[in-house]
Amino acid sequence: MNAPTYNFAYLDEQTKRMIRRAILKAIAIPGYQVPFASREMPMPYGWGTGGVQVTAAILGRDDVLKVIDQGSDDTTNAISIRKFFAKTAGVATTTSTTDATVIQTRHRIPEGALHAGQVLVYQVPIPEPLRFLEPRETETRRMHALGEYGLMHVKLYEDIARFGHIATAYAYPVKVNARYVMDPSPTPKFDNPKMDNCAALQLFGAGREKRIYAIPPHTSVVSLDFEDHPFTRYRFDAPCALCGAGDSYLDEIVTDDKGSRMFVCSDTDYCETRQSQGHRGSESAAPHKERAHG
Amino acid sequence: MYVAVKGGERAIENAHRLLAHERRGDRDVPEVSLAQISEQLSLGVDRVMTEGSLYDRELASLAIKQARGDMIEAIFLVRAFRATLPRFGATEPVDTGRMQVRRRISSTFKDIPGGQILGPTFDYTHRLLDPQLAEGFAPELPATSDAPAGAMPRVTDILGRDGLIESSPRPDDDAPVGDLTREPLSFPADRDLRLQNLARADEGFLLALGYSSQRGYGRTHPFAGEIRLGEVEVEFLAEDVGFAVPLGSITLTECQMVNQFKGSATEGPCFTRGYGLAFGHCERKVMSMALVDRSLRARELGEEVLAPSQDEEFVMSHSDNVQATGFVEHLKLPHYVDFQSELGLLRKLRQEFAEAEASPPLREAAE
Amino acid sequence: MAETKMAETLNGDSDQPLLTAEGLGKSYGHLMACRDVSFALYPGEVLAIVGESGSGKSTLLQLLSAQLTPSAGSVSYRMRDGVMRDLAALGEAERRFLFRTDWGYVHQDPAMGLRMAVSAGANVGERLMAVGWNHYGRIRDTASSWLERVEIDTGRIDDAPRTYSGGMRQRLQIARNLVTEPRLVFMDEPTGGLDVSVQARLLDLMRNLVSELGLAAIVVTHDLAVARLLSHRVMVMKGGRVIETGLTDQVLDDPCEPYTQLLVSSILPA
Repeated sequence: MNAPTYNFAYLDEQTKRMIRRAILKAIAIPGYQVPFASREMPMPYGWGTGGVQVTAAILGRDDVLKVIDQGSDDTTNAISIRKFFAKTAGVATTTSTTDATVIQTRHRIPEGALHAGQVLVYQVPIPEPLRFLEPRETETRRMHALGEYGLMHVKLYEDIARFGHIATAYAYPVKVNARYVMDPSPTPKFDNPKMDNCAALQLFGAGREKRIYAIPPHTSVVSLDFEDHPFTRYRFDAPCALCGAGDSYLDEIVTDDKGSRMFVCSDTDYCETRQSQGHRGSESAAPHKERAHG
Repeated sequence: MYVAVKGGERAIENAHRLLAHERRGDRDVPEVSLAQISEQLSLGVDRVMTEGSLYDRELASLAIKQARGDMIEAIFLVRAFRATLPRFGATEPVDTGRMQVRRRISSTFKDIPGGQILGPTFDYTHRLLDPQLAEGFAPELPATSDAPAGAMPRVTDILGRDGLIESSPRPDDDAPVGDLTREPLSFPADRDLRLQNLARADEGFLLALGYSSQRGYGRTHPFAGEIRLGEVEVEFLAEDVGFAVPLGSITLTECQMVNQFKGSATEGPCFTRGYGLAFGHCERKVMSMALVDRSLRARELGEEVLAPSQDEEFVMSHSDNVQATGFVEHLKLPHYVDFQSELGLLRKLRQEFAEAEASPPLREAAE
Repeated sequence: MAETKMAETLNGDSDQPLLTAEGLGKSYGHLMACRDVSFALYPGEVLAIVGESGSGKSTLLQLLSAQLTPSAGSVSYRMRDGVMRDLAALGEAERRFLFRTDWGYVHQDPAMGLRMAVSAGANVGERLMAVGWNHYGRIRDTASSWLERVEIDTGRIDDAPRTYSGGMRQRLQIARNLVTEPRLVFMDEPTGGLDVSVQARLLDLMRNLVSELGLAAIVVTHDLAVARLLSHRVMVMKGGRVIETGLTDQVLDDPCEPYTQLLVSSILPA
């Protein structure tokens, strides 16, 4: 039987070069979706294969990797992907946002500002922001090429006509570098402003849909809206019950079957860091224990 | 006091341990061997090889065992392994006209050169559960006779000699072979890529699409020109020795559908082709594939694209069961953050609705 | 709508043609759907193309509106900058821009020209948003005033056209096309499929709009009553050729060609 052996960071070097070429093209054309020959990965499509391929292609031996899902380092899928790279690349891993050189994420952007030299890798399920308005790829590519985004505004118009608001809570479309309309992946719209003029490189990988796109550092990213219905962030109006933060995106925790709820930071590293600095919320645990991962 | 959920790592390890235990089942029952799977569940192995795009009975058997008989999971295992294999090159095209035929039927002619050969088939069996098989028994040895001496030309070649069927496109030996596992797919896609996509496609999906075309959603009037099963030689042109080196033989099933004719101002009317090919014995798959292949040629043949089976973007984007299962099952992953965001919006909208209800607009009262 | 008022001043310059066709033809294999059509259309002029089905008039409309590539000849259009351009030489982006701004296209079946599941307001507002309007309130007000102009109750602005009657849909389609104040509108059997009473109201509305806005229009119809009410000039087609052309009243009241005589007598009794 053929005993499988794997290269550094799983993918063979030829594949990595192909992906890097796509990444370079994506960086050169901010917000443009570059097709790439996505490989079958040993985790299912829709579970981060795009992000994993991007990470595998850019990871070097000295990198320090952080993986989050829903803002947390401890969700099962984040653990699974972190273990995958710890095993196949042997790189150092961390839960600290500041210490990481590469952060792979699903559904969140860390609360703390990213710094120059860091790369944020997003897992993307459906890269095409126009997909649910126009199912046909040939047509959406033409719309991007010609910058025809009237249809997207029709959708926003309809939202306001029907609900009085733009009824998009996550995967809220943005315009990158005043040219391409882009799907920021299913991050809550709370995170959209963090993409604008960000010091870190942002890379987006969609494995099943075979697309890579990018926002180079310090690029303009504008959430679509109307002058008289401007984009607004949403966050539940409460401080974090653990660290007292009043500016972070919150998870809602149902604490009993009588409808009691509490709200805590979705970004666990942010929350724990604040707690270790002495910040407290209404439900704080005793002084903070050791971190789950080093 | 609330403590955030931890210990996901331990949970994953334990889940995998439990999975291994469940896979083994009752430990008093003998463990199934790869040879048993390969020999006695051979059509399952064939399907995994075909849709996994890797001709390796042993690995496919292992995948089936590891996947506890879940075929799509097994196909996924094979695909993920295949993706890591180095690529040496492409073999010479196999010649199914020179196949060592074990089964060969045509529904278009009563008798054909080389004859109709029924071979190992479920066709004409009565689908009665067999208690004998439950006990375990040794079947009779198969009847044998001398191999037919003459050649077995493909039925489509016979039609082709009289120009009754469109000629197969001449292969361009210098053109690279399209490969959607190495190049991202873009639309419109040529037939080589479409056929590759269909060859890897989920059997059930193709069956349903092919069936829909028979029921009038993009009807193509097919006849099963020929279905053949058997062994073909695979050769690889080794650059350094300068000639084709035989690599061995593989089992293939091939289906050539003969479909409604077309004609134009410049061409006389002739039948058109639909083609299906699979590793091992996958008859349902190749027939479905041939139906869908013909349907997908609508654009090329100037037919109106109305039905799902004619729509290459629809078919090719949704045919891959590894992609499909991944995305459907990803709904199991946490979506707390997005859900929270939706919840916030919904609460706001409901609150506004309730407020509007509570104070009806004055306009109505005035009217 | 001050942004597009300049169209009117351009329309005033009516001694230069807006659109010209020269030796236009289209063949499918051996079938000549349309051949050797030449004419010039002037700003504010309404031209009707009449003929039986299969006479090539719909093919001609598609050629003129750059939706089909001609097998022979060419179509030129005077852009808003006054320069005459061959449509075949336009890039796709330019062609699509023309379609969204300076041209309108009214389909016989309103479902082809509308987004049936999207509100009337958005249907009308789409063209404005496509050219960069970014103020919800102003888009909505403009859409609302256009609904009024085409006699649709503004209370229906948030309803989708699939809840509209056939006549309302057709009027909505017209509003959607005219909101960017195009200089040229193509119409393909605009009253086809409507009840006679509904047809009359629609024709009346179209006639008023065309003259108010100084629109040029090319109307394909098999109904000579439509041609008589809307158009200044008529082209009669048969077997892919233009067999007779002239002022509408002149052609319909005093046709030269035997075929036109037949057409007039059979469809316009008395």
